[in-house]
Amino acid sequence: MRRLLTLRNTRRVAQVFFFGLFLFFVFITDLRYLKGYPVSLFLQLDPLVAFATAITTHTVYMGLLWSLMLIVPTLLFGRIFCNWICPYGILHHFIGWLMGKRRAEERERIEANRYKKLYSLKYVILIAMIAAALGGSLQIGWLDPICLFHRSMSTVILPAINLFFPSSIYVRQYFHVGAWVIGFLLLFLVGMNVVIPRFFCRVLCPLGAFLGTLSSVALWRIDRDVTKCVDCDLCLKNCEGASDPQTDLRKSECFVCFNCIEDCPEDALSFKFMPSLKTEVTAPVVSGRRAFLGALTGLAFYAFGRASGASDRNYDKKVIRPPGSLEEKDFLGACIKCDQCIRVCPTNVLQPALMESGIEGIWTPILNMKIGFCEPNCTLCGAVCPTGAIQPVTIEEKNGTGSFATEGPIKIGLAFFDYGRCLPWAMETPCVVCEEVCPVSPKAIFSHEVTITKRDGNPITLRRPYVDPALCTGCGICEHECPVTDEAAIRVTAIGETRSHDRRLLMDGGVTGATPDLEKRQR
Amino acid sequence: MSSTNPNDSPRSPENSVSRREFLVRFGATGALIAGSGIAACRLWQPNHFVPGFQKEKGLQLRSYAPEPSKVLPSLAIAHGTEHETTIRAALAALGGMERFIQKGDVVMIKPNVAFDSPPPLAATTHPDALRAVAKLVLEAGARQVIVADNPINSPTGCFLKSGLAAVTSEMNLNLIYPGSNSFAPLQLDGGEILKYWTFFNEPFKTATKVIGLAPCKDHNLCHASMTTKSWYGLLGGRRNQFHQHIHSIVSDFALMMKPTLVILDGMNVLMSNGPTGGRLSDVKPMNTIVAGTDMIAVDAYGYTHLLGRDLAELTYIHKAHARGLGNKNWQDTLYKEVQA
Repeated sequence: MRRLLTLRNTRRVAQVFFFGLFLFFVFITDLRYLKGYPVSLFLQLDPLVAFATAITTHTVYMGLLWSLMLIVPTLLFGRIFCNWICPYGILHHFIGWLMGKRRAEERERIEANRYKKLYSLKYVILIAMIAAALGGSLQIGWLDPICLFHRSMSTVILPAINLFFPSSIYVRQYFHVGAWVIGFLLLFLVGMNVVIPRFFCRVLCPLGAFLGTLSSVALWRIDRDVTKCVDCDLCLKNCEGASDPQTDLRKSECFVCFNCIEDCPEDALSFKFMPSLKTEVTAPVVSGRRAFLGALTGLAFYAFGRASGASDRNYDKKVIRPPGSLEEKDFLGACIKCDQCIRVCPTNVLQPALMESGIEGIWTPILNMKIGFCEPNCTLCGAVCPTGAIQPVTIEEKNGTGSFATEGPIKIGLAFFDYGRCLPWAMETPCVVCEEVCPVSPKAIFSHEVTITKRDGNPITLRRPYVDPALCTGCGICEHECPVTDEAAIRVTAIGETRSHDRRLLMDGGVTGATPDLEKRQR
Repeated sequence: MSSTNPNDSPRSPENSVSRREFLVRFGATGALIAGSGIAACRLWQPNHFVPGFQKEKGLQLRSYAPEPSKVLPSLAIAHGTEHETTIRAALAALGGMERFIQKGDVVMIKPNVAFDSPPPLAATTHPDALRAVAKLVLEAGARQVIVADNPINSPTGCFLKSGLAAVTSEMNLNLIYPGSNSFAPLQLDGGEILKYWTFFNEPFKTATKVIGLAPCKDHNLCHASMTTKSWYGLLGGRRNQFHQHIHSIVSDFALMMKPTLVILDGMNVLMSNGPTGGRLSDVKPMNTIVAGTDMIAVDAYGYTHLLGRDLAELTYIHKAHARGLGNKNWQDTLYKEVQA
């Protein structure tokens, strides 16, 4: 009779549980279901997020302390995260089983799982990312599996599901600029399992590289009893990490999946406390020259990105950051591109940036008022942000009400009229939808009634709108609701944002007309 | 192939095709030829058309109006200090909710939840008002209560922050969000401006009665948003074009929708910075509920007595009155004013 309580089955239960938990968190990251669940837990557990943000921000932000929960077991047992907990690793494991060499001949499967030199690439990638972080540019999000998986789910997978099954995920269909790039990248990485099993995990994963480095000192390791071993190589048949258990074990590559122990016909393999290191490759194998090249690339990435000026004087008017965001350079050092803010945003206004904020800012969140707008009584993006790139401001802090009346509201930009496209200004037609939807009180958009003589000689009375820059918060609902939908007659640009002293517009918050800012708001 | 092998010659039995194989292969190829021919002919579009100028036909909304009564009032004004007792008093004055709702009815209550604004700011239907009306409707024997609106801000945010989502889950009402599949084109014969538009059809598939439950609000362009303007929330599509003819559109709503009952919540009135409001100082307690079967009469009372303004400027009321869609002279109708 086959035993049920095997190591392999125990691991499978854990995999199903953690994968399910990840999908559950992804699904409930929505205003309707979000009831204090720690939906960013996997990101907070991610030690690479904690480590890299500690380099860029010199702090371990709030919930990132949870990463100790992973660091400690990794130091004891090795990379158990990769094959027991990591939802992206579990996805690749499953896809590899489904599409891979499951039905292939034993020999072919054994060959597919031998260690290759290519697998050291992930350490070079990790070194490059850490070097960029030393400059102040946080780039782990490109390939950190948790960031990558969250981003893929939020920007393409869930919207795609909703396309096939309307209203299953969103009340109204969500759109994400450039989502197809993220989608095809996911397909490519998943598809590569056909060529090399666990391609992403073995070759690219910077978190795996980080955990692999930590696991050099792990106390429990797979040990091979050479007196029992008959060199049949069957331990390689299902080896997930390609860690060479048939010879000198490469501990930094081992996913601790225990398949080798179960597959060994001679019981030569065991998971042992402090076995001798003599027959092991204990640390990652990367040549010094490659490591140096990696570091150089990372530093260059930072320097080339910053030298392009997109986070400085040449900043783009479209880089409108969520309310509570850090000043731009700090933001680039804290945002991991996990796009949890984009997932939770109730209006779909948050979009993954392409080149708006430079190459450093790819897939960081920016507001696109054509697609949505920033709801005044909402601060969900800051609430789910795992790294504090968007601070969890309160509604009162955001809107400058209650005890924050003196500071005033957080401004994310400023609305400007394009009178040449505005119906009452250019086309003798009534409108002022912008004034109607303006959510601040008193309204930042106001209008004056004018009676003009139309082209046909008849008089018409219209309201013509204006913006009061002291009151405008840049929420963008005016732009979103403007009937000139291809390029609105009122558009928000980034100038005037309160997070940056360099990008403010009015001194003292603005004295337009005769009434100072604060007095206006309190009127 | 120019092989010298005798087996390859055309007459050899290895190369000849059996009758059975011939029929199968010939049949398969022939069926595909015939199939593609038939499919092409059936799908053939011989004429061109002008995109966007096709003939538009849509569903027509039926009337949900109650039987007219000669003895019972059609307008009730109730003054009181809290929602439930005041709404009860207003309905009692009209002859009770049983006059409008019968056993087994599916009642659609249309609140105004346009913005993601908390209840004290009076920009949305108050949760206490919804609770009171739903209670009365259920007491009258309704089988189900539907609550639906298509807000300007995000639907989930609006229902959550207005406090209405809490009421629907607490009372087990059927909250219908405006999903992508919830709309169908509506055709309005006789509309001045609104003739054909995307309509939030989902709730009307099952509803047998419709109650409008609107807050009384200032409006920057339309001067006021009351029970008539509230039907804006049943439409979808490019609603931001409505503002080019706002009073014509709002008077068209009185043609489009023949509700069972409308209730204007004037307990707390948004007096300024409408329709969004934003500060408590924009809100004034007026402690009044107006209910009736004629939304034009209800709005006329609301504009003069709750917002305290001159009816002459409220163009849509006069348009609707002139079109016979309601009576702006509410004093001339059978009305009753009560104290809760």
